[in-house]
Amino acid sequence: MIRFQGLRARTVEPPPPPAPGAVLAEAAGLAVRLGGRRVLDGVDLAVRAGEVLTLVGPNGAGKSTLLAALAADLASAEGGLLVDGRPAADWGARELAVRRAVLPQSSTLSFPFTVTEVVRMGRAPWAGTAAEDEDEAAVAEAMAATDVVAFADRPFSALSGGERARVALARVLAQRTGLLLLDEPTAALDLRHQEQVMRICRERAEAGRGVVVVLHDLGLAAAWADRAAVLHRGRVAALGAPEEVFTEGLLSEVYGHPVRVLLDPDTEAPLIVPERPAREAASGAGA
Amino acid sequence: MTAPTTAGRGAEPQGPDAAWESPDPASDARPSEPAPASAEEERGPRGPGLGRIALLTLGLVAALVLVALVSVATGAYDIPLGDVINSVLHRAGLGGEPLDRVGESVLWDARLPRVVLAVLVGAALGCAGALMQGVFGNPLAEPGVIGISSGAAVGAVAAIAFGLDFLGNWTVTVFAFVAGLATVLLVYVLSRSDGRTEVVTLILTGIAVNAFAGALIGLCVFFADNAQITGITFWQLGSLSQATWPKVLAVLPCALAGLLIAPWYARRLDLLALGERPARHLGVDVERLRVVLILVTALLTASAVAMAGIITFVGLLVPHLLRMAAGPGHRFLLPGSALGGALVLVSADLVARTAAQPAELPLGVLTALIGSPFFFWLLRRTRRRQGGWA
Repeated sequence: MIRFQGLRARTVEPPPPPAPGAVLAEAAGLAVRLGGRRVLDGVDLAVRAGEVLTLVGPNGAGKSTLLAALAADLASAEGGLLVDGRPAADWGARELAVRRAVLPQSSTLSFPFTVTEVVRMGRAPWAGTAAEDEDEAAVAEAMAATDVVAFADRPFSALSGGERARVALARVLAQRTGLLLLDEPTAALDLRHQEQVMRICRERAEAGRGVVVVLHDLGLAAAWADRAAVLHRGRVAALGAPEEVFTEGLLSEVYGHPVRVLLDPDTEAPLIVPERPAREAASGAGA
Repeated sequence: MTAPTTAGRGAEPQGPDAAWESPDPASDARPSEPAPASAEEERGPRGPGLGRIALLTLGLVAALVLVALVSVATGAYDIPLGDVINSVLHRAGLGGEPLDRVGESVLWDARLPRVVLAVLVGAALGCAGALMQGVFGNPLAEPGVIGISSGAAVGAVAAIAFGLDFLGNWTVTVFAFVAGLATVLLVYVLSRSDGRTEVVTLILTGIAVNAFAGALIGLCVFFADNAQITGITFWQLGSLSQATWPKVLAVLPCALAGLLIAPWYARRLDLLALGERPARHLGVDVERLRVVLILVTALLTASAVAMAGIITFVGLLVPHLLRMAAGPGHRFLLPGSALGGALVLVSADLVARTAAQPAELPLGVLTALIGSPFFFWLLRRTRRRQGGWA
């Protein structure tokens, strides 16, 4: 009967916390074709427990596609994808759900659930397992970390874009998986919340999780990531520590715009600035 | 500001959550069971949580029982409420007194099957509406609006017009079911792209499907003889006047199966509100969920249409009101909509029978008369609140 094949009946064995440095997801020779166009081609990438890995690159470089592929969303992807050491296709939806959480680029909701209800949805994969006992703690912690407690009882649909983004992140954090895949978590956020989100990523990595985060802001990437993958036309153009990878030559070529890399006088972290024509002293601001 | 928020949060998690966590799906699979009052006392007072839902369920059940009793007692041949209860008790073997011959016959052969059928049809329509809105992720999806009802009607009308009865009492039901299922699938395929259903596409698909179904029904009418045409016309307007126990029994398995399966998927429907991909990321097998729920929707709609003709707006009105009152969580919404649908239909049928005595108003006409203004109001309200449906 139908009901016995359902979500509840299939008991899920919760995975143990990942060992430090363990490979959580690994793409080998990954290629994705969408609408006849090769969006990704020959991508090799491994995500390890304990690191923040950022995916950067210009629009259309394949960042989101790569993230979706790592999330095992793209059944049509060629090449290999291992999740937790097993081919992604061998995992069921729920087995994947206790291993990786995914933050989509934009979050929509069809019905006016409250913020708390939305965050609590992140606990769904754990229903019926021992981890169910953590539900309340996980929800409370995620909501505190993302600063959404103040509107816990408001309907999601009544929030601003930035607030929605943080609630969506809270839902993903509440899922408490070994691997976090975040697609532009900072895009709609103000400066303070951007920093906060990246700090959360760091903390999760230090707690032994693997975090993959798509970013547009190269400065944020340089400041918070352990490794950066620069994507260019569906391929990984460079992969390594941000200070090694973010060079003026590479970035200028990839983005098709001259870029300058400065060093932060205090932290030595690279600051990436597009080259801009000098402005006449019009507004009297700097000159 | 801080204090009330904290207090609210402290109490809130036990509210809807207690129901959420119940590992036994059967516990929320009984639509008509009022949430136990003891659980309410245990957890103490709280805001819009379980207490409100329990109260609402209790209110719905009480109202349904009351209206059903009144409906059974009222009509051309008045039977006092006390006599009704006595007769029911008598037949149930719990004492009581039988009525005189005419009374017994009116009560048991005409009124009761009719009220039971109204309960079944209303519950099926209400639940189907809530389900379909969940599956499409769209608050406007309703079997009537998007054309499923008329699709099922094509099957039923064809069966009547061509005098088919090779499946006995089941013929019309089976035909309605098959046609309803085909229509749901058609609408689903036509109105979806990229895992989303846009309201405009959905409504336009509904218009097209309704037009096509109307043409097919017209064709059936063309081929039918006069007696059949009269039958079809009145059937189409929606009515429960032909209710008999065999008819109730014919529709019972379909409706009951649908009503019992639906709450099983409540939590997954909640997750589906996030969108298909996020739902999958949370472990929902979206493909299977959709297929199963579309089948269930077709089952519910077809059984309702087969018995009572096209009755619109119940599936739209009831879930909307309940969502406003108790939030969008499907754990309450699915059984609640079944209850509410039953209540609305029993009430509507009571009015249809008694408002223009001795004639009978068509039930479908009555629900549309009340439902359409509600629809207008809903459109205006949504536009005011969020600038319309995207």
